[in-house]
Amino acid sequence: MFSLLQQTAPAAVDQTIIMVPADQTAEVVVAETETIVVTGTDAAADAAASAVGMPQLDFATFGNQIFWLVVALAAIYLILSRVALPRIGRILGDRQGLMTADLAAAEDFKRKAREAEAAYDRALAEARAEAGKIVAANKAEIDAELKAAIAHADAEIAARTAESERRIGEIRESAATDARNVAREVAAELVSTFGGKPDSGAIDAAVDSRIKGAVQ
Amino acid sequence: MATEESTGLVFHPMDQFIVRPLFGDGPVHWYTPSNVTLWLALAVLAVWLLFVVGTSGRALIPSRIQSMAELTYGMVHKMIEDVSGKEGLRYFPYVFTLFCFILFANMLGLLPKSFTTTSHIAVTGVLALLVFLGVTILGFVRNGAHFLGLFWVSSAPLALRPVLAVIEVISYFVRPVSHSIRLAGNLLAGHAVIKVFAAFAAITVIAPISILAIVGMFAFEIMVAVIQAYVFTILTCVYLKDALHPAH
Amino acid sequence: MENVATYAELGKYLGAGLACIGMAGAAIGVGNVAGNYLSGALRNPSAAASQTAMLFIGMAFAEALGIFSFLVALLLLFAA
Repeated sequence: MFSLLQQTAPAAVDQTIIMVPADQTAEVVVAETETIVVTGTDAAADAAASAVGMPQLDFATFGNQIFWLVVALAAIYLILSRVALPRIGRILGDRQGLMTADLAAAEDFKRKAREAEAAYDRALAEARAEAGKIVAANKAEIDAELKAAIAHADAEIAARTAESERRIGEIRESAATDARNVAREVAAELVSTFGGKPDSGAIDAAVDSRIKGAVQ
Repeated sequence: MATEESTGLVFHPMDQFIVRPLFGDGPVHWYTPSNVTLWLALAVLAVWLLFVVGTSGRALIPSRIQSMAELTYGMVHKMIEDVSGKEGLRYFPYVFTLFCFILFANMLGLLPKSFTTTSHIAVTGVLALLVFLGVTILGFVRNGAHFLGLFWVSSAPLALRPVLAVIEVISYFVRPVSHSIRLAGNLLAGHAVIKVFAAFAAITVIAPISILAIVGMFAFEIMVAVIQAYVFTILTCVYLKDALHPAH
Repeated sequence: MENVATYAELGKYLGAGLACIGMAGAAIGVGNVAGNYLSGALRNPSAAASQTAMLFIGMAFAEALGIFSFLVALLLLFAA
């Protein structure tokens, strides 16, 4: 570490040797107006130090700095207040205005969409009601037709039943008459066969009472 | 210096702040174009580029550079409105000029081999005195003698008020001093520290550490450059508020 | 005579070093401002954004005094 420092030393010393004349010329330049009194006995070191010193406290350059600063500030102020700030303000204002307009338009579109939705809902409800009505009407019609058909069928059935019953009655009637006639003839034959004299009145009464009992 | 010969290190941290004539080697008169002139002109140029050329498109959907200009405008505008109130917006162009000048001077000063105009007490002193005088005159013009109420703390006990008034007056007159030295000192300190680290880079063994330290300091200095511009502006807004509403 | 100059030189460097202690105070002050801001901001995050300006003003005031001591050191080193 230390040997390295010593190795780098010659190069650095060269630098200082080069620097010293430059500093001295600077010192000569500054010395014309500088009022700071150099207090120190180590003339070489102090001359180099004060030549650099603090440039911030070199009052000789203050006039220069202040003059050019005022010029620069005035230039910036003019550039900003005359051109840049109104322009940026206008751009921002325009953008704000456009955004407000766009927002209003968006609000308008939203309202329209809501209205359209409401209209659609209304139309849908109407269509639904219409459909319900049609369904109800159809149902009533079908019901009526059905009822008429049922009634017709009932009437037909009743008529046919009555016909059937009538014919069954006829058949039964004829069957009963036939049975009575057969029974009378058989009874008359039986009576004559056993040598008796058939009395038609008595036979009729006997057959009738028997048949009545059988039928019942 | 004494340490130079013994270690071989060359410390000239203040060389970067020397004011030199731009052409030739003559003395620096008040009208001489110097390196101060050059870097002030570059700051003006940068302001012009960002705020005039950058916004020349007047685009509704801003380009990157235009939105930088707009964001800066919006930030300073909001700062004045928040701190000084609506009336402060009348002085917006002036405050914005201060902010832009300090920001660009600080940032340009960070370029290698550049000259930092805002590290000079003369420059920051003029800036702070402009604010101080402007605010004081504005306070008296707008409020008359009522402006002196700033120093008379009416909420304090009566016996304490004269003492407080003395303290308030002193602190009022210290304002431009701290206002200017804060800005100049911050930049001076940062640049000098970078230069000291740079001098250590002459030693081979330490050089990597030194270069890393310079990188770190440089990043820190970028932050300082922006924050100091912000602080200078916001303090201007605070002083402006005192002038507009002196009631304590 | 030689000794007087040497002692003056010594005093300059000692004084510059002592002045730098003042920067420690500024560091404590700035840290205090930032820390208190952070703890306040964590308690009430909604109010934090409106107080950043106060944060920077407080930091600037605390830091200015450190800059003053740094300036004293520089004056001793380069201008005295």
